[in-house]
Amino acid sequence: MINKLVASAAEAVADIPDGATIMIGGFGEAGSPTELIHALIDQGAKNLTVISNNTGNGEVGLAALIAAERVDKMICSFPKSSQSRVFPALYQAGKIELELVPQGTIAERIRAGGAGIPAFYTATTVGTILAEGKELRSFDDREYVMEHSLTADYALVKCQAADRMGNLVYNKTARNFNPIMCTAATTTIVQTQELVDVGALDPEVIVTPCVYVNRLVQIAKPLVESELIEQGVSYP
Amino acid sequence: MTEVIQKGWTREQMAELAAQDIPNGAIVNLGIGMPELVAKFVPEGKEFIYHTENGMLGMGPTPAPGEEDHELINAGKKSITAIPGASFFHHADSFTMIRGGHIDVCVLGTMQVSEQGDIANWSTGAENDIPGVGGAMDLVQGVKTIYVITTHVTKKGDAKLVEHCSYPLTGKKVISRIYTDLAIVDVGPDGFECKRLAPGVSFDEVVAKTGARIIDKT
Repeated sequence: MINKLVASAAEAVADIPDGATIMIGGFGEAGSPTELIHALIDQGAKNLTVISNNTGNGEVGLAALIAAERVDKMICSFPKSSQSRVFPALYQAGKIELELVPQGTIAERIRAGGAGIPAFYTATTVGTILAEGKELRSFDDREYVMEHSLTADYALVKCQAADRMGNLVYNKTARNFNPIMCTAATTTIVQTQELVDVGALDPEVIVTPCVYVNRLVQIAKPLVESELIEQGVSYP
Repeated sequence: MTEVIQKGWTREQMAELAAQDIPNGAIVNLGIGMPELVAKFVPEGKEFIYHTENGMLGMGPTPAPGEEDHELINAGKKSITAIPGASFFHHADSFTMIRGGHIDVCVLGTMQVSEQGDIANWSTGAENDIPGVGGAMDLVQGVKTIYVITTHVTKKGDAKLVEHCSYPLTGKKVISRIYTDLAIVDVGPDGFECKRLAPGVSFDEVVAKTGARIIDKT
């Protein structure tokens, strides 16, 4: 019987080594796999490269991983927000590297990585400093920039419901980067709020088919980052 | 009693003017800040569908206090609602809509716009600035029509409509029209064209506060 369920978040992330490249889902707090990130902090892996749209909020989740100085490099589109203090301080101190990528380009680089496409051309960044040093090519008299795909050793993902095979559905705008990251990592680790029987998810509405998922852990009552920040929580 | 004579347009009036120019049925993406006000002024008889970069079509108004859902937010990470007919999708699909030319109108705020239609709205380029680009470069390249809503000058009084942007560009030759507190300005083949003046504002004042040549087309 196929059963991707593991007993705990700690077990799910136990083998992530130093120097790993990790995709982390979420946009703001929506869809952020906070428990898996906290388990990764406890586990101790360092010198990580993290691919995520933002750099976390307050001092929980991804922001706490960055604050613990486990991340050498961030690949993201928007590292600053009103609740993001940790990354800016380390960046200005020269302690963390940043690869800034437009949001659509980072999404497409991940999608391409999952689809086995090594690179593609896009009009985004043409004529800007973010295109500097990149190959330019014209198609039908319009200029495009070549962008390389992104893959990762691991993806940490949050979903709403899953079955033991690893079929996933999401909740509203918590879907965001999670489904494409599932496709682009060697090992995809998912935290799900609900665990349902095989067959309970309508095949017409499954967003992530099980082929992309390696490990599942159920977190029935996930932390809400904004509530933790309001309470002044700092992890660990 | 002092008689208050309005000079220029308020933020709300600028947003309302932009809303009036958006065609019925348009798929619209609103930038963070002043552009968000456009949603308050959908003209009678028109229906727009709002797209938000983080994976939703059919974004509705802000929920009542206590009704917020942490997993239903917009690109500015604020709580929103879903209208009947709304749909959710992942980020690559969301930017397929943007980069593939499926979004009709985008309204953005800005730091500078050049007479060529170049826009600079993501970074000051300062040494200690934490750069954050988000979806701005995707929107300006992919959306069919880009409108800008901005004050005509900065808080310090510097022109935002300029010959060449001094800040790092978001995109080149992408802006169609600018709604400021003083005027509606189009980017034409020969540079800025003043199409309409706000109440109590003269063309001479607009010329004085514009950092490039501007033609009177009112």
